[in-house]
Amino acid sequence: MGQYVVRRLLQMVPVFIGATLLIFLMVNVMGDPVAGLCGDRQCDPATAAQLRKEFGLDKPVWQQYLTYMGNVFTGDFGTAFNGQEVTELMSTAFPVTMRLTIVAIVFEVVIGITLGVVTGLRRGHPVDSGVLLLTLVVISVPTFVTGLLLQLLLGVEWGWIRPSVSTAAPFDELLLPGLVLATVSLAYVTRLTRTSIAENRRSDYVRTAIAKGLPRHRVVTRHLLRNSLIPVVTFIGADIGFLMGGAIVTERIFNIHGVGYQLYQGILRQNTQTVVGFVTVLVLVFLLCNLVVDLLYAVLDPRIRYA
Amino acid sequence: MPDQPFPSEGAIAGSGAGGAMNLAAGEAATLDRPPSGLPGGPESTGPEGAAPSAASAERPRSLWSDAWRDLRRNPVFVVSALIILFLLFISLWPSAIASGSPLKCDLAKAQQGSAPGHPFGYDGQGCDVYTRTVYGARTSVMVGVCATLGVAVLGSVLGALAGFFGGLWDSFLSRITDIFFAIPVVLGGLVLLSVVTSNSVWPVIGFIVLLGWPQISRIARGAVITARQNDYVQAARALGASNSRVLLRHIAPNAVAPVIVVATIALGTYIALEATLSYLGVGLKPPSVSWGIDISAASPYIRNAPHALLWPSGALALTVLAFIMLGDAVRDALDPKLR
Repeated sequence: MGQYVVRRLLQMVPVFIGATLLIFLMVNVMGDPVAGLCGDRQCDPATAAQLRKEFGLDKPVWQQYLTYMGNVFTGDFGTAFNGQEVTELMSTAFPVTMRLTIVAIVFEVVIGITLGVVTGLRRGHPVDSGVLLLTLVVISVPTFVTGLLLQLLLGVEWGWIRPSVSTAAPFDELLLPGLVLATVSLAYVTRLTRTSIAENRRSDYVRTAIAKGLPRHRVVTRHLLRNSLIPVVTFIGADIGFLMGGAIVTERIFNIHGVGYQLYQGILRQNTQTVVGFVTVLVLVFLLCNLVVDLLYAVLDPRIRYA
Repeated sequence: MPDQPFPSEGAIAGSGAGGAMNLAAGEAATLDRPPSGLPGGPESTGPEGAAPSAASAERPRSLWSDAWRDLRRNPVFVVSALIILFLLFISLWPSAIASGSPLKCDLAKAQQGSAPGHPFGYDGQGCDVYTRTVYGARTSVMVGVCATLGVAVLGSVLGALAGFFGGLWDSFLSRITDIFFAIPVVLGGLVLLSVVTSNSVWPVIGFIVLLGWPQISRIARGAVITARQNDYVQAARALGASNSRVLLRHIAPNAVAPVIVVATIALGTYIALEATLSYLGVGLKPPSVSWGIDISAASPYIRNAPHALLWPSGALALTVLAFIMLGDAVRDALDPKLR
């Protein structure tokens, strides 16, 4: 197991470097950051050169990247061009998105797995076909459409919730945005659980458990579910990273001041420090989630560990 | 050769666990899954791999003709194929069912409901929602088809080479794939496309190809690796077939099924991605006509004129649904485990 952890950790390093370098290059293509600094007017050449020197933008890209990464590992994500520390922006934005992601994951786990178990046990039943069709529809409707429609219905027409979220973004205001963020993944979780349950239901250990005379709920929860959830756990773990990165659309619809909002503002204002910093952290979160999932997988399924 | 196609090792992408649907984690599932039997019909593997068709009277059906027979009887396939054919038709000849111009707008009629000749009403600029919805199909179909073609060609060539030759190129490609997977797609789109000022679909297509190919390359790599270990490949090698012949005549026909399935489903998601990017203001920009742009433009006055948002949204959802259902049906037909 120890060897496995070390191997996985080592594999993470090139991916982290590659992904951050790629983003760094992409942002560099984004245009001259100094030009964005002078607003709509053209920058005075002398000022531009001065600023470029000050931010280290006159150096070659690879050197900028190395300097930046060196700073990141000492906890310095640089300063946004309006003088605000990027870490300061992060400390307000990340908790909000984290709460949103937690709400979404809870929905995925509770609704997705329940529906998956119910349909997986009744394969071919009308309930099964209905839910399956529903998941297809949910997957097909893009998140921004779901979000806008639910906001219109629940927030504006029926007035059940506040259509937009306050800056503090407490959990109860994030219920609907969390559900919207979760919809597509929720459908995948349902389908994954359903297939997994239906496959394992015919397995020998389930037949043995039934033959032993165990009550049905015990067979389902102890024997069937525990084995069927392995792929689902993998999916949900990997999904945490995707949700945090994909929250940009949901946050825009419900006006949530989280990571997506800050990133969107950063891109609009050509604020390279903000964009690179946030994306670096997101990539790191994604990789860590995948690492945890892989380790969890190894714990849950001994076949992986000894492979 | 027996009448029965001999079982070859070829994993249909994400066959069991709804994996191909799950575009995020499906690839991992493919690689971890033990290979399932896939009848790689000897008749499809070229002269060396197949017996001369002596018993031509009772030729075994190939995987493809079997799949086609299944598909024709599948109502899901028929419905989604009809929707897609209709979409292709209106994206080629939008004027066939919508007479006006999508850019002809009358501010005096802004946000009005449906009127005779204008069944879907007017949007915030007083443009006819019906005409714009019909014309919007072209962008979506074009982005979906071109991006999928690009992704499929690039991804399967790179993936197949990695799977076939293995070695350094394989490990290099696997790491590159990991890197691309670590970048959130919408975010990458915002960063890269925000610089683009051009108003054509090509930057969007290029971006999707750039970030989409690793997904297909993983599938193709896995499929080629499982097909490579087959006896008929060994036989072809023993007969002195060159690398390119083995790859093109023997491996490719048996490894292409999973790629087709994943690509079809991906087509639907690319259409949704284009609309999302246009909604965020970095995909296509007005005066282009796209469902994403229309949905984005209609969202501020959703309260007064919900129809301007609902029609393009419905068209978008139906299109994506049709492609995903098609991919689902094709996967079921190509997966012999379900027979």
